[in-house]
Amino acid sequence: MTGNLFYFLAFLTLFAALGVVFSKNPVYSILCLILTFFCLSGHYILLNAQFVAAVNIIVYAGAIMVLFLFVIMFLNLNADTELAQAKLTITKVAGVISGGMLLVIMIAVLKDVDPGTYDPENFDSQIGMVENLGLLLFTKYLLPFELASVLFLVAMVGAVMLGKKETQQRHF
Amino acid sequence: MNEIPEVIRTIPLQHYLFFSSALFVIGIIGVLTRRNAIIIFMCIELMLNASNILLTAFSAYRSDANGQVFVFFIMAVAAAEVCVGLAIIVMIYRNLRSTDVKILSNLKW
Repeated sequence: MTGNLFYFLAFLTLFAALGVVFSKNPVYSILCLILTFFCLSGHYILLNAQFVAAVNIIVYAGAIMVLFLFVIMFLNLNADTELAQAKLTITKVAGVISGGMLLVIMIAVLKDVDPGTYDPENFDSQIGMVENLGLLLFTKYLLPFELASVLFLVAMVGAVMLGKKETQQRHF
Repeated sequence: MNEIPEVIRTIPLQHYLFFSSALFVIGIIGVLTRRNAIIIFMCIELMLNASNILLTAFSAYRSDANGQVFVFFIMAVAAAEVCVGLAIIVMIYRNLRSTDVKILSNLKW
């Protein structure tokens, strides 16, 4: 039952990801991407990683996707802004062929790999919980956690600087 | 309470490898074929998520919580990256009235 759920979610994720790449309208691309993120959260829940699933929904589907959608609506992009692309089919064919060849190579390599499996004696199903990960995050990974806040501050300053209207700067 | 989740018992770890490489390749195809800068950004997000699902799968199968902490940091860095990147795209649009990466080839020669 859960095995079938995994395959169903995997195919749904891949189809939604293909929808991101191949839909003409950028708004549809974003909606497909949101579907992809919800499917990935389903995968995280199946793997018993509740913290990652919740953070995935909150950060990706909540914050980043709203930012993307806002920018798309703000820039008023629609389907006909990319119509000139339709002539350039050689790029599309070349891109799809090289990506497909990479996939073939990866599958050929990973087919014979033995990634190991779970250890039934020492298995701990509680590692993905908020309590355990929070403990780890605030003891072993305290320095990276604090540096992430500095990174966010820098990103915020950068975004405000870039988004500010330039008055004296010449538009090229 | 400490029972092994059914998906870990039934699905081999190799299927997660195939799944995440397929997702990664779809992201690569998007970056190679699309010309709208925002869609290219979304395909980069797809590739980051392919690595996230693989890190979480290995972490869950091996009972090692460090992988999931790394997923958390990847998400934090991706959020910062998207914030700055979209600001750059908005600035490009303000100057050029387009987000087509084909126009932005002045550094090519």
